[in-house]
Amino acid sequence: MNAPNKSGWKPEMTADGGGYGPATHTGNRALMLDEALIFEIAGNDTTGVDLPEVNPAMPTRLGGLERKADIGLPGLSEPETVRHYTRLSRQNYAIDLGLFPLGSCTMKHNPRLNEKVARMPGFADLHPMAPNSTTQGALGVIYELAEWLKTLTGMPAVAMSPKAGAHGELCGILAIRAALEARGDARKVVLCPESAHGTNPATAAFAGYEVEDIPATPEGRVDLAALEARLGPDVAAVMITNPNTCGLFERDFRKIADAVHAAGGLVYCDGANFNAIVGRVRPGDLGVDAMHINLHKTFSTPHGGGGPGSGPVVFSDALAPFAPLPFVEKTADGFVLVEEETAREHHKQSFGRMTAFHGQMGMFTRALTYMLSHGADGLKQVSEDAVLNANYVLRSLEDVLYAPYANSGPCMHEALFGDKGFAEGMSTLDLAKGLIDEGFHPMTVYFPLVVHGAMLVEPTETESKAALDQFIGALRSVSERAIAGDESLKTAPHYAPMRRLDETLAARKPVLAWQDPAAD
Amino acid sequence: MARYFTEEHEWIDVEGDTATVGITDYAQEQLGDIVFVELPDVGAMVDKGKDAAVVESVKAASDVYAPISGEVTEANPALEEDPALVNTSAEEEGWFFKLTIGDKSELEGLMDAKAYAAFVDEL
Amino acid sequence: MRYLPLTDTDRSAMLDVIGAPDVDALFVDVPPEAQLDGPIHGLPMHASEMAVEKHMRGLSKQNLAAADAPFFLGAGAYRHHVPASVDHIIQRGEFLTAYTPYQPEIAQGTLQMLFEFQSQVARLYGCAVANASMYDGSTACWEAVAMAGRVTKRSRAVLSGALHPHYTEVVKTMAKFTGDTIADARPSIQPKPDNSGLISRIDDETSCVVVQYPDILGRLSDLSEIAEAAHAKGALLIVVNTEPVALGAIKSPGEMGADIVVGEGQSIGVGLQFGGPYLGLFAVRDPKHVRQMPGRLCGETVDADGKRGFVLTLSTREQHIRREKATSNICTNSGLCALAFSVHMTLLGEKGLRQLAAENHRLACLAADKLAAVPGVSVLNDAFFNEFTILFDGDAREIVRELADDRILAGVSLGRLYPDVAEFKGGLLVAVTETTTEEDIETLCSALKEKLT
Repeated sequence: MNAPNKSGWKPEMTADGGGYGPATHTGNRALMLDEALIFEIAGNDTTGVDLPEVNPAMPTRLGGLERKADIGLPGLSEPETVRHYTRLSRQNYAIDLGLFPLGSCTMKHNPRLNEKVARMPGFADLHPMAPNSTTQGALGVIYELAEWLKTLTGMPAVAMSPKAGAHGELCGILAIRAALEARGDARKVVLCPESAHGTNPATAAFAGYEVEDIPATPEGRVDLAALEARLGPDVAAVMITNPNTCGLFERDFRKIADAVHAAGGLVYCDGANFNAIVGRVRPGDLGVDAMHINLHKTFSTPHGGGGPGSGPVVFSDALAPFAPLPFVEKTADGFVLVEEETAREHHKQSFGRMTAFHGQMGMFTRALTYMLSHGADGLKQVSEDAVLNANYVLRSLEDVLYAPYANSGPCMHEALFGDKGFAEGMSTLDLAKGLIDEGFHPMTVYFPLVVHGAMLVEPTETESKAALDQFIGALRSVSERAIAGDESLKTAPHYAPMRRLDETLAARKPVLAWQDPAAD
Repeated sequence: MARYFTEEHEWIDVEGDTATVGITDYAQEQLGDIVFVELPDVGAMVDKGKDAAVVESVKAASDVYAPISGEVTEANPALEEDPALVNTSAEEEGWFFKLTIGDKSELEGLMDAKAYAAFVDEL
Repeated sequence: MRYLPLTDTDRSAMLDVIGAPDVDALFVDVPPEAQLDGPIHGLPMHASEMAVEKHMRGLSKQNLAAADAPFFLGAGAYRHHVPASVDHIIQRGEFLTAYTPYQPEIAQGTLQMLFEFQSQVARLYGCAVANASMYDGSTACWEAVAMAGRVTKRSRAVLSGALHPHYTEVVKTMAKFTGDTIADARPSIQPKPDNSGLISRIDDETSCVVVQYPDILGRLSDLSEIAEAAHAKGALLIVVNTEPVALGAIKSPGEMGADIVVGEGQSIGVGLQFGGPYLGLFAVRDPKHVRQMPGRLCGETVDADGKRGFVLTLSTREQHIRREKATSNICTNSGLCALAFSVHMTLLGEKGLRQLAAENHRLACLAADKLAAVPGVSVLNDAFFNEFTILFDGDAREIVRELADDRILAGVSLGRLYPDVAEFKGGLLVAVTETTTEEDIETLCSALKEKLT
């Protein structure tokens, strides 16, 4: 077997009987309100909208394909609907509630001006294929945002259409593959550090490459000597995250890029951690050929419980000709959308189209609003405060929590800890669940894989010192309990709406859709 | 019947020209709760040291390698309904597949129970 | 700066704790030549909320919003009325600013919503299991083709000529890199889709047949015979739906034998948004295919006290665990759009969805009749739901541009979708929804009449 369970994560679930006070009739506990499924609340014959009744005598032109069988979709009145979703929402942790320390996710405040602007009818109520003459303002937003991204990164070109970070990674790697094939030098291998986010090797494998690991030095950075030894005519590209997933800046990045270029390869930079250097460092100055930017990380567009995101990709001159369609160009007659039709003449090396329309416009308006609000000076302050906050967390806790790279120098925007020193039987999982009881969402756990029981903390710049101090105090307390072997951690969380859930059962006997018990 | 072990935590029972393959108790302990096992098709050829099966826990998927080359003759039907057998009985009822042995000499270099126990102690 | 809570006093105190003289010391690992001296040149400095809002409002006013004109565009994105409460619910901070539900004990809001969403999509599509969303219909279509390749272990996909050309382009682009063969075609300008032509292209090497329903020209046909033909050759049938409201009136793809059903969910809850973010839907008819599905899946389980709850499950298919062997590289998907869809669908219910669909179809039939009465215009489709193709002697693309100058958004020309094809020059896709008024239809008819004489 290959390295069984590299991450070390194992599900552990123990019951301890609860015991919060007398049982209630409803099962509710004051403001902690249970909520049934819509399928259990309503039948299929009620609705919360006012539309004309169906006229069965109306002639139709549906080709005899009328849907006769019941669909099985419950309908609720507006008050019931609002109540259902409001109750559900209250079972969620969110940035609006408290510090959300997920490493590499950049859970910063989502400004409400962004939401207001995105909803302006001139942006929200616009069809993607409306004639250009009726959408100049929207095309102008895409263009303006593209200019900001190019200027911030120091890169000459940008593809705006990728729908999320992983989609952006794919865009970058496909552009690299197209560029190498265009010069008659198709290569087979892509190198990724072992600490890379899983999307990196998944993307490279999808694009047809064999993926090999690059080792790290004991200090937590890419081993330049090992990399140089491995480079050769079969290496198409290197995918590096900078700052890396251990929270450290790759000091040798320029040397890495130069070595890769000298060997005929190209450099992909995973921009997930751009928040650490935005406004201060331009990846273009470091030799990057392609870098995706997560607008939902660095540029504050909301995470929404799992998307939507947006992953534009900046390109060097070497890759710009291969950028995918469609994109926005400025001409003497205004902004135009370049699609397959015009690409044939001017952009014939484009590797193709990645999505039906032109990108996540709703995220573009939000991100541009954010950039205009901060400005160049504000963005520089963002990266400074993000790095300051992370170092404050690191130095405030390194005496109690094992920090493997604490002696490597300062960290960037995130601090990495491990489970060394925990009592026998205590795991990072237990600490995380204990942190929930303290009123915080846990940090990223069991990633990166290079540190056992890893805990990656990224506070971001939108946390006040008071919020940081409270978080540090909570994390210190739970760490001390893990080190002392406090058994109550093994049954945490105690105060959340749910106790630990049986993930083993969910995977062994998957129930992925509502089944009406009466129907069997 | 002889049982051998690989450094990759697979065990193999050899009886004449057929063998049974599974993963060791140490391996199942490392993985945690097993939720799914992807077994090779009957009739598939497996190569020594190469991918033969995949064992999944909630948050990990590990490739299981064939300890020797051969043709798969049977895949354990019990594992589809009850992958937990690999946790409760990794070295007995939780076997993965049987095969006819291609080349007996490939057994050389595999460890016996004592050597494997010593190997695991060093980890 | 209004989004940055730290004061200079805070910063000093924190630097003391860290033991650094200033913030620059924390950037010591960045080579000095890579660091900029001051704020980046060429960008403005920070601005007040008022100033930013003014700038963006100015840009928004340079666009013609669909509400401000008679509007007939479709071709994969549709304008429907979204009830007011949907937007309020998705703006609740606990939904808007939540993360992917990896810590289920404090994410049951998102998880229960996803379970309900998956169930709604599965039922709408006539399938057993749906995932928790993909980026959009076009990428979901590609993911379905990739999945069919994994399941059948073949690499030749046959695409119907009446699949949205942008979806075809996405599939062809991805296939260039995976080595799959894509057999695509152009739509035939006929009243009915050419199902026998499609069936004749299926062979023993085919992994999947991809059909859009309703198709790019708005046509409808029974897909059962295509399903049978595909299955007879060991191939999967993938059905693509770009207008989910249609499924309130017409048979589900699952009940006609589709193995994988994918589509664009934008019509329900999401809005036009100039092309994104949208909502990819992905479902499988047979539960045995679940482990080959891409994307997140939410499943039911119990907690330590035996209480029912929900978790993300079957995660070993995904990139963060399987890395290079994952079924897809997708990570962030379209969670908030899934919520919007689910809320809107809950307000509709089956009853409301059928009413909505009937109203769409009624108005579309009315529009088709009125347009057919315009001299020189004929309606192509035998059958349609809320979008159909009209044909006339003229350059539809040019006419659309001219009508836009008159503040009429007349539809999507076939010339816009298929710029090389001379025979399609006189074709126009007209979409009609419950937001279209009879007055709008009259305006379009008069305007076309004028352009064509």
